[in-house]
Amino acid sequence: MTATTLPAATRPAVPARRRSARRWFAEVGWRHVVGVVFVVYAVFPIVYVLSASLSESGTLTGSNQLFDSVSTANYAALADTRFWEWMGNSVKVAVVTAIGTVLMGAAAAYAFSRFRFTGRRVGLTTLLVLQMFPQMLAFVAIFLLLISLGQVVPALGLNSHVALVCVYLGGALGVNTFLMYGFFNTIPRELDEAAKIDGATHAQTYWTIILRLVTPILAVVALLSIISTFGEFVIARVLLQSEANWTLAVGLYSWVSSLLEANWGLFAAGAVISTVPVLALFLFLQKYIVGGLTAGSVKG
Amino acid sequence: MSDPNPGARSATVERPGPADAVPPGGERGTARRPRPDESHARRYGAGFLVKLALMAVVDAFGVYVVWSAWVAESWVILGAMVAMLAVANWVYFSRRTVPLKYVLPGLVFLFTFQVFTIAYTGWVAFTNYGDGHNSTKDDAVAALLVQNERRVEGSPSLPLTVVADGDELGFAVVQPDGTTAVGGADDPLAPVDATVADGQVTTVDGWQVLDRQQVLERQDEVTNLRVPVSDDEADGSVRTTDARTGYVYTSALVYDEAADTMTDTTTGTVYTPNDSGQFEAADGSTLAVGWRVFVGLDNFTLAFSDSRYAGPFLQVVLWTFVFAIASVGTTFLLGMFLASVMNVPIRGRRVYRTLLILPYAIPGFVAPLLWSGLLNRSFGFVNQVLLGGAAIPWLTDPWLAKFSLIAVNLWLGFPYMFLICTGALQSLPSDVMEAAKIDGASRWRTWRSVTLPLLLVSTTPLLISSFAFNFNNFALVYMLTGGGPRFEDASVPLGHTDILITMVYSVAGLDGNAPKNFGLASALSIVIFLIIATISAVAFRRTRALEEIN
Repeated sequence: MTATTLPAATRPAVPARRRSARRWFAEVGWRHVVGVVFVVYAVFPIVYVLSASLSESGTLTGSNQLFDSVSTANYAALADTRFWEWMGNSVKVAVVTAIGTVLMGAAAAYAFSRFRFTGRRVGLTTLLVLQMFPQMLAFVAIFLLLISLGQVVPALGLNSHVALVCVYLGGALGVNTFLMYGFFNTIPRELDEAAKIDGATHAQTYWTIILRLVTPILAVVALLSIISTFGEFVIARVLLQSEANWTLAVGLYSWVSSLLEANWGLFAAGAVISTVPVLALFLFLQKYIVGGLTAGSVKG
Repeated sequence: MSDPNPGARSATVERPGPADAVPPGGERGTARRPRPDESHARRYGAGFLVKLALMAVVDAFGVYVVWSAWVAESWVILGAMVAMLAVANWVYFSRRTVPLKYVLPGLVFLFTFQVFTIAYTGWVAFTNYGDGHNSTKDDAVAALLVQNERRVEGSPSLPLTVVADGDELGFAVVQPDGTTAVGGADDPLAPVDATVADGQVTTVDGWQVLDRQQVLERQDEVTNLRVPVSDDEADGSVRTTDARTGYVYTSALVYDEAADTMTDTTTGTVYTPNDSGQFEAADGSTLAVGWRVFVGLDNFTLAFSDSRYAGPFLQVVLWTFVFAIASVGTTFLLGMFLASVMNVPIRGRRVYRTLLILPYAIPGFVAPLLWSGLLNRSFGFVNQVLLGGAAIPWLTDPWLAKFSLIAVNLWLGFPYMFLICTGALQSLPSDVMEAAKIDGASRWRTWRSVTLPLLLVSTTPLLISSFAFNFNNFALVYMLTGGGPRFEDASVPLGHTDILITMVYSVAGLDGNAPKNFGLASALSIVIFLIIATISAVAFRRTRALEEIN
């Protein structure tokens, strides 16, 4: 994944090598054509939503002229809605879930990677199998479970963010343990042994040595968790009932599903704002994410 | 648990200190430490204190839950919590459970919110849980008695005042004989001294009289409040609709516990419990509220054979497969194509890559909603600008809606495939490529016979999970088309683009568009799980075969 930037030999149309424009096109040029075409395809909806969010008219009809007018009216209008509450809810839920996911996933991956205990293989296989059962398939049961839990501990019942985070954490182990497990295995065991000989407990080894060495994968898992939790819709929609507790996904859906034309400008502004943090994180940590995903892909 | 109290022995007298800290089965250090007093393992350091504090918090929470469960009589939750507490304390205070110390937090959540919910789904699938069958038989009897309350014929109207004691509401009434009485939901009317003006109670000891505004704010509570006339349920209760006048209501139904029957006192009809969890009269009529009972495979047969469901259900199953396969196929082909194109060092490759994966970084709920606007028939950008005002019904025509779903999913999904194919391509062994070149294989031949098979080996597991993901791509379908356009002939709220998981959502009735039917919805979830599990199992087998060949 080293994005090599152009050794001189491949620079297009180097006169010294007398490459004809035709040859250049056949070898390299067409790749630029393909690249540009698909970049336009990938980026145009994003440009459109940016333009719509800056449009003066807040309707779908008025948003078709790209960058016809530039005004921050839609962004200002968000203050009169519950948008920022929803944003706060989403960020809160996503961050807490990410922290929990990383802590639990890393601990489990450490145990599976470093200790040989009875039930280790069974445990790993079970996780693999459970991974195949998407948690949201059970949303009816989750809904019913939270009704019962809520009668005992209201904080764990329906319409509670704590409960939502708990549900997300329930799916944390299956998805992430393998990604982390593979990475933990690449950390040489000699390090643990050296620490052990120096008298470190397993907890000290884990917290002070291993966790620092696996930071890249922790970042990847945290980020992937934030992205997926931030965008999660089904369970949030089923569990969160009062408007004040909604997350962005549920809230923005309610704007657009009911009155598409009327709320379009608001939606566009909200969409841009909710995309920016995720996009920024993604671009900032791109190297790690790509590394993590491809590591997963190559391992098979 | 050989040593329940790890603190009892001092670190200094512990000879083989470090060896004891080694996990069971782990490699035991052969070197015996010369200075055992330096072992960190037995010290009550910061780590131990942190553990102690955390466990104290966990135990406190556990005890609170156990107590609340006791009060709420939720025996399952109580039992589960006690078991979890016992396991947690054993794991963290025993020395033999080192691996479990690391796995337990995740396991607790996994078991409660995934394993248990899967099992619970399985259980609900065999019941008639849903509207009209929401709870136990006792609850159903109580609900029926309340629902069938009628005003007692000829009973006097009681001037009534709504009063409150803290959060609890009550009624203060002036009885026909001129005396005053007050009571709440849990305590029957009892005589009390009160000031009466204009025939209404205006102040009463121990209660606060609510003014009009306060009554309006709690209107629902007021109209739902029943204040028993006396300790005997049969005397009925006082209710009010306008918060100024109360009447005595008694239930038209009488439950005979010994015979387990309900009798309607106005008509004399006797209702007996039937197999489907309802009280049924001799003429076949039933009372509105029932309770949960096991219905065996009824939910499954309903889905496959009942004419209301079977037709739409088969169409939905078929479309789910088409959608999932087409989604994986199109995104993988485009992603792989772009990855191959960008796999040579060209100018600006980094910029291309970054821009191409942008759709992947858009939050999952923004994209479908955004595209639903772009594809809007009358005002959407695609029709208005790109196609010059054509009114193409992208999302409302059965076939075009299906096409749109796959097209939007392509936009959403190709960056992921692009990423993983790029990674896989870069890790291909270069010697195989060179060997192909030396053997004189053309570029196309090399790609088809060497690159593609190797690429498939490393990406197939991800393609399988991608298939499973798209098989259940709820958000995309629900947000883009909402499952529509609706089947014209169907009596169930399903449409041409509904996939199985959105069908489960509609059938469950959680959005309020259909009566709740948790039993049928759970049965459908189980069917989905079986399909996914079968496909994954078969696919993983074949993958392994692929790997062995290479």
